[in-house]
Amino acid sequence: MTAITAPGLAGPATAAWPRIGREWTLALPLAAFFAVFFVTPLLLLVAVSLYADAEMTRFGLDQYIRFFGDTFNLAVLGSTLLLGVKVTALTLLFGYPLAWLYTRSGPRMQSALILVIILPLLTSVVVRTFAWIVILGRDGIVNNLLLSLGLAETPLRLLYTEGGLVAALVQVQMPLMVLPLITTLSRLDPNLLDASAALGAGPWRGFLKVTLPLSLPGIVAGCLLTYAAAVTAFITQSLVGGGQMLFMPQYIYQQTITLHNWPFAAAISIVFMMSVLGVVMLFNLLGRASKGYVHA
Amino acid sequence: MAALQSTRPHRSPEPQTAAETAAGTASEATAKPAGVAVTLDGITHRFGASTAVDNVTLEIKAGELVALLGPSGCGKTTLLRILAGFQAQTLGRVVIGDRVVDSLPPAGRGVGIVFQNYALFPHMTVAQNVAYGLEARGAARDAVRARVEAMLGLVKLDAMRDRFPKQLSGGQQQRVALARALAIQPSILLLDEPFAALDKNLRLDMQIEIKQLQRRFGITTIMVTHDQEEALSMADRIAVLSRGKLEQFGTPEDVYDRPGTLFVNGFVGSANQLRGRVVRASGSVAEVALEAGTVLTAVTPDAALAAGDPAILCVRPENLRLATEAAPQQIVGTVDLALPLGPVVVYEVRTADGGKVKVTEPRVAGAALRAPGTPVRLQPVSPQTCRAFAVPAGA
Repeated sequence: MTAITAPGLAGPATAAWPRIGREWTLALPLAAFFAVFFVTPLLLLVAVSLYADAEMTRFGLDQYIRFFGDTFNLAVLGSTLLLGVKVTALTLLFGYPLAWLYTRSGPRMQSALILVIILPLLTSVVVRTFAWIVILGRDGIVNNLLLSLGLAETPLRLLYTEGGLVAALVQVQMPLMVLPLITTLSRLDPNLLDASAALGAGPWRGFLKVTLPLSLPGIVAGCLLTYAAAVTAFITQSLVGGGQMLFMPQYIYQQTITLHNWPFAAAISIVFMMSVLGVVMLFNLLGRASKGYVHA
Repeated sequence: MAALQSTRPHRSPEPQTAAETAAGTASEATAKPAGVAVTLDGITHRFGASTAVDNVTLEIKAGELVALLGPSGCGKTTLLRILAGFQAQTLGRVVIGDRVVDSLPPAGRGVGIVFQNYALFPHMTVAQNVAYGLEARGAARDAVRARVEAMLGLVKLDAMRDRFPKQLSGGQQQRVALARALAIQPSILLLDEPFAALDKNLRLDMQIEIKQLQRRFGITTIMVTHDQEEALSMADRIAVLSRGKLEQFGTPEDVYDRPGTLFVNGFVGSANQLRGRVVRASGSVAEVALEAGTVLTAVTPDAALAAGDPAILCVRPENLRLATEAAPQQIVGTVDLALPLGPVVVYEVRTADGGKVKVTEPRVAGAALRAPGTPVRLQPVSPQTCRAFAVPAGA
């Protein structure tokens, strides 16, 4: 979550520092870097989006009006945000048991598991995505298996489908979900579940009443990271999703590189950013609420 | 295994509904002991190659408060976890009441447990913590509320019902943990190092409070502790454990005054351990010639000593007297150091062989301490207070 709140600008002059020294100057280089390479381009982007025509001759809100006036644009935005929800939900569903297994394993099993969990981070997104093309293709591993087992007559279309894309994104983003979950789950006092069991609660009740509520901060952090990464995953969306499905990052790419309509691209970038930010803030609110809930 | 059908078949004298029970507990001053007997029968537990608990047999009577006492790593906590059902023992049986509970999960054993760190659910209020076990057992809402009120009244936390555990002091947290454990009307109560996290003054208050509650409910209680004073002051009987083995199981007086092994003699209370050699042994009495140059008569609890054997003679500092006149069976030496501790003075006395012996003497107000270098004679108050043990291998 810290990634969202501009780390370079986080104030050192909090209550933790009774005497404000010159320590804050240590943050200056990063702050300058952010100002030059993040804030400035962002402001430029806003400025470009305010041009009324593709040739950038006069100002106006035309690009925004155009975006919200066309249901096609809204559908692209909606399907992108929905894709994020699907990927996040599935990542949580598969990631939680994995994180739980990790915290319950012995040290040797843990080092094996952590390797498996962070392995996707150690390979390039492009490589991982091509691996999924190999797996999902017409002549891929899944289809060959289905055909040889007689479960399918003809190769199934897996690649360039939303199902295939969601599967690939879930795998690619898994570490972002599992790592925060592991952090919160390992901080859980094992005595709490013993206490729950001794009081007569079965394992499911113990999970729902104790483990799950206490791991909410990890769930929120994991969902936040996974969601933000999934909706903006340009490479995986383009390569596994293909041309049939259009999501916001690819749409922006088309508008700039292919159609050279910079103002419109800038406008939909801003709209997309605000939408994702909205969802992220919603998660953040949830996180804050759950933290209050846990530490109250 | 017919007794498996019910979770708590041994609570027959209890009222039927939780509401009645709650009303009952609030005014329950003359409750009959409702605890059940517990038997640990030849419990052995191994973690890989190491043996944490080695063939421990304990028969605990209904309503008794038993302390499992020993240094860390002696297996006392493992024994408690086996009893609660968190761990399955490698060998042996656990019998609660007349049921063998080895195949039962913790929930089925009717055990209330208070953890060392209390393990309160941090996201639940005091009342929700206490209600947890009742709700898990499917008690009706009204019954739960009544029982929670009764339990909070019992531990004097009515005003704190809507606080979260973090907003409570250590003693209050412990009371919540106790209320939560007792709310489900367990047939036995397990306390894991219950006072370790409390500061000294509060500790004594909570010890008294728990002891009173335990008496009032007559609930069989097993407490794990490494603190001998706690065990001596609270327990009806103490089981002293060392390296997974049961060293002695007896009343505090037994354990303190008649320690059965060298370990118990050294671990419970303090003792001078004097090396020597047995000159005569008959029955449970032996005469030991100490390296300090004296022959002392001592009791030999394990009766395995014969004339000529090396032995260690234990005598507690408070069981030695500073004699004024020469007599047989006295250790002669000079005062090395005087430590006035308020009610008593501890003298460290150097003996002829260079060894050191501690002796305590009641301190009289205004009386001068014996100066270092003063020759003194130390005499055991009785031969029963001297205990001779075989020298352990490797010592």
